[in-house]
Amino acid sequence: MTTIQHELADRHVERKRAWSNWATGMLFLLPSLLLFGVFLFYPMVRTVYLSLFLTDSQGVPIVFVGWENFLNLFQSTSFQISAKATALFVLYTVPAGIVLATALAILANQKLRGIGLFRTMFSATMGMSVAASSVIWMFLFNPSIGLFNRILAALNIPGVQWLLDPQYALLSVSIATIWMNTGFAFLILLGGLQNIDQSLYESARIAGVSESYKLRKITLPMLSPTLFFVTTVSLINAFQTFGQIDLLTKGGPMESTNVIVYSIYKDAFINYNVGSASAQAVLLFVAVLVVTVLQFKIGERKVHYQ
Amino acid sequence: MTLTVSGLVMVFPILYAFLISFMQGGEVLQGSLWPETFSLANFVSAFDRVPLLTYLWNSLMVSVLIMAGQLVLCSLAAFAFVFVEFKGREWIFYLFISTMMIPWEATMVPNFQTVQSLGWLNSYAGLTIPFFAMAFGTFLLRQQFKTIPKELYEASQIAGISKLRFFTGVVLPVVKTTMTTLAIYSFLTAWNMYLWPLLVTNNEANRTVQIGLKQMQTQEIASDWGVVMAGVVMVILPTLILLFAGQKRLQEGLTQGALK
Amino acid sequence: MRKVELKGITKSYDGKQDVLKAIDVMVEPGEFFVLVGPSGCGKSTMLRMIAGLESITSGELALDGKRANALSPSERDLSMVFQNYALYPHLTVEQNITFGLHVKKVSKREQKERCKEVCEMLGLTDYMKRKPRELSGGQRQRVALARAVVTQAPLCLMDEPLSNLDAKLRAKMRSEIRQLQRKLGLTMIYVTHDQTEAMTMADRMMILSDGDVQQIGRPLDVYNNPANTFVASFIGSPPMNLIDAEMKDSVLVADGHWMTPVTAAMKQKIGSGRVTLGVRPEHISLAKDSEPGFLVQVANVEVLGTETLVTFDFGEATQWIAKWPGQSSVQPGEQIRICVDDRHLALFSAEKGERIVCEPVPDAKKVSS
Repeated sequence: MTTIQHELADRHVERKRAWSNWATGMLFLLPSLLLFGVFLFYPMVRTVYLSLFLTDSQGVPIVFVGWENFLNLFQSTSFQISAKATALFVLYTVPAGIVLATALAILANQKLRGIGLFRTMFSATMGMSVAASSVIWMFLFNPSIGLFNRILAALNIPGVQWLLDPQYALLSVSIATIWMNTGFAFLILLGGLQNIDQSLYESARIAGVSESYKLRKITLPMLSPTLFFVTTVSLINAFQTFGQIDLLTKGGPMESTNVIVYSIYKDAFINYNVGSASAQAVLLFVAVLVVTVLQFKIGERKVHYQ
Repeated sequence: MTLTVSGLVMVFPILYAFLISFMQGGEVLQGSLWPETFSLANFVSAFDRVPLLTYLWNSLMVSVLIMAGQLVLCSLAAFAFVFVEFKGREWIFYLFISTMMIPWEATMVPNFQTVQSLGWLNSYAGLTIPFFAMAFGTFLLRQQFKTIPKELYEASQIAGISKLRFFTGVVLPVVKTTMTTLAIYSFLTAWNMYLWPLLVTNNEANRTVQIGLKQMQTQEIASDWGVVMAGVVMVILPTLILLFAGQKRLQEGLTQGALK
Repeated sequence: MRKVELKGITKSYDGKQDVLKAIDVMVEPGEFFVLVGPSGCGKSTMLRMIAGLESITSGELALDGKRANALSPSERDLSMVFQNYALYPHLTVEQNITFGLHVKKVSKREQKERCKEVCEMLGLTDYMKRKPRELSGGQRQRVALARAVVTQAPLCLMDEPLSNLDAKLRAKMRSEIRQLQRKLGLTMIYVTHDQTEAMTMADRMMILSDGDVQQIGRPLDVYNNPANTFVASFIGSPPMNLIDAEMKDSVLVADGHWMTPVTAAMKQKIGSGRVTLGVRPEHISLAKDSEPGFLVQVANVEVLGTETLVTFDFGEATQWIAKWPGQSSVQPGEQIRICVDDRHLALFSAEKGERIVCEPVPDAKKVSS
């Protein structure tokens, strides 16, 4: 054979091998791709599609209405309240939750005997389901026998209808939520703290700087990638809150806790208004997308990576 | 000191739930913090008044199935991303990343319709299969697989070992600690699922224990807090034990997955 | 035993820059062939192309005369030892050694026998049930060797197998690997950045730099007749001393004050102008009273027991090293008179650094062809 024939034969073998690699790779990925396709990408597209239709109670699209579902939403007070409740809920839970988890993580990152016990205590809520936690907080918020009103009574302050007063309901749910989410954020932040190179602290000790200086100049900057991650996850989680609302307030009183996912649920499965629910779902998707993209845009510039 | 106080504040709700589950009705109403006697009456009554055992069993089955499904699918996908080079791999990887931007709740209506039309309502299939594919788990394992020296793969190429056998014979045994971490995480998340089981189950035979709690809380026994808390304790006990056993591992694993 | 032939082998990752440029070489059956060069010179890439772990951009690779460019690694019937040993951490020594033998259709019984045999050969018999992490670096290295040997592949490739060992163990393993190769009659292609390993182990070696072959030859030929200044300074420790010199009348003048006469033949080769002049450290000695010499100032002295290395300032920006047998009493700062053995001067062209051959070099060509 000539060189050219040899090379052609080689190319042929290589092409066959590349094809076999492709087939193997796709075979390994196929189960995941299939499920993502059926249970994530398809329904996402379908949601967008449904949001442009009027549907019957089974969710079958009947009349194409274009942007009407969205226009109706923006004009409805109910949706405005829901959007406001969601925004407030995010505002109440995310910053406070992260500050709390960071503080706990810094506390638990000391080298003390028995520190493992405290780490376990701080991370305990990670093992708690939303349903179980909600039931416990329901009891704590109980106006007559709950702990909070008992404490107020002991201080001679009149009791509060925590979950029944539109003024307090969202705040109450937020407090419970912060507690529920602490465990996860704590675990990740503690991991982030433990990844910081100890020699940085040793050289700071030799330089003799104060604890708060160390916190501002070493701990927080070095922790920033972790904080960045936790913030993104917390924001997205806050947008997706459902369980505690369903169990504690059912979106009430006076829709004051009717956050977006609960509103979608109610429209789709209780009011059978699938078109409106889908339109809200699209808005939820956009909100999460914007948050993620913003986080990455800001994060890329500001976060200090090791 | 700060440590002790914050620790107690954080676990107080959990501890309190345990204590109430041992109290008699009157004690709860009086607002005692410590039960006079540790009576198991509430537990007996909880199992009596709702089919708690069925719910627990369903939750266990669902969690184990989801855990197994996720481990298999995530490790297969991660293997392809690390050890099989082929055209279009990058593209598929971005596709995986993009799944993390779709909030699952935004897709629940069509998903419900899909499961309904498949006849999967009130079945383990409907409760588990939609969750088998998971981008986070795939990324976590991909990170871990990347730490395996590529020479290990090359050595098996020279020995003529097939990819599948390298996967099962070398990769999986080498990363079994990370697999365990992912297993714990999967189990915890699956056990604690709420919204989806609420949507796709509507009879007692197929309900998971989380929905059982909702049922307890809305039924007439809701005023009997001791019994409700006994139910809560039964729900959280398995996951708390799992968490305490695997806390350190979970922390390391999640941090790895979080930071590239 | 196996013959490996590379014809115009080229490697490029991006299609623009070649990391290996048209390599031509023939490795004879049973030969211990060493690829040596600084890191990034392409030597590992070349080995990996022979193994089939990297594709060949152009040129031909032939094993026993048959084109092998497109064969998969396992079809090439070779074994390979990696720098990090690539032992499977979850398998015992025995399982590591026999791993993959089933693919070659070796029966379970024969696997056991072969494993026992190589373990005896390499002194691993007591460790067969241990995991790699329970072994010392040297033992792991032996397991990696055993895994290569047990396949009975006629060609063995090694990629810096000794660089993770400490100096003492390295010297010991050098000799063991060489003995093993001879005993089994393997064709060996061995990659290293360490010129000592190349000098002590190779039948022949190839010096690579920036993807280019600098020289191929037997260690001593390369040492005595380096093809260019790169080889001259890479092979030998301490390296050959080099300095720019200028032809003036019939003497070479280096640094303005040291001069050496040249023969007429030499002069004709050099022509006029600048050259680079090289001297091995062992060819510089303290000048006896009767000998012509010149004065230099000693900068540093390293006494190694059997020999002494003397660093001295030569010219303005150059330091040279002389190597003397025995334990010299020269002190830093001292002025000494040295003498250069001009029978061993090497001359290189100033622009390209290529050797200017002035007298017939004994059988350098004969071996490498």
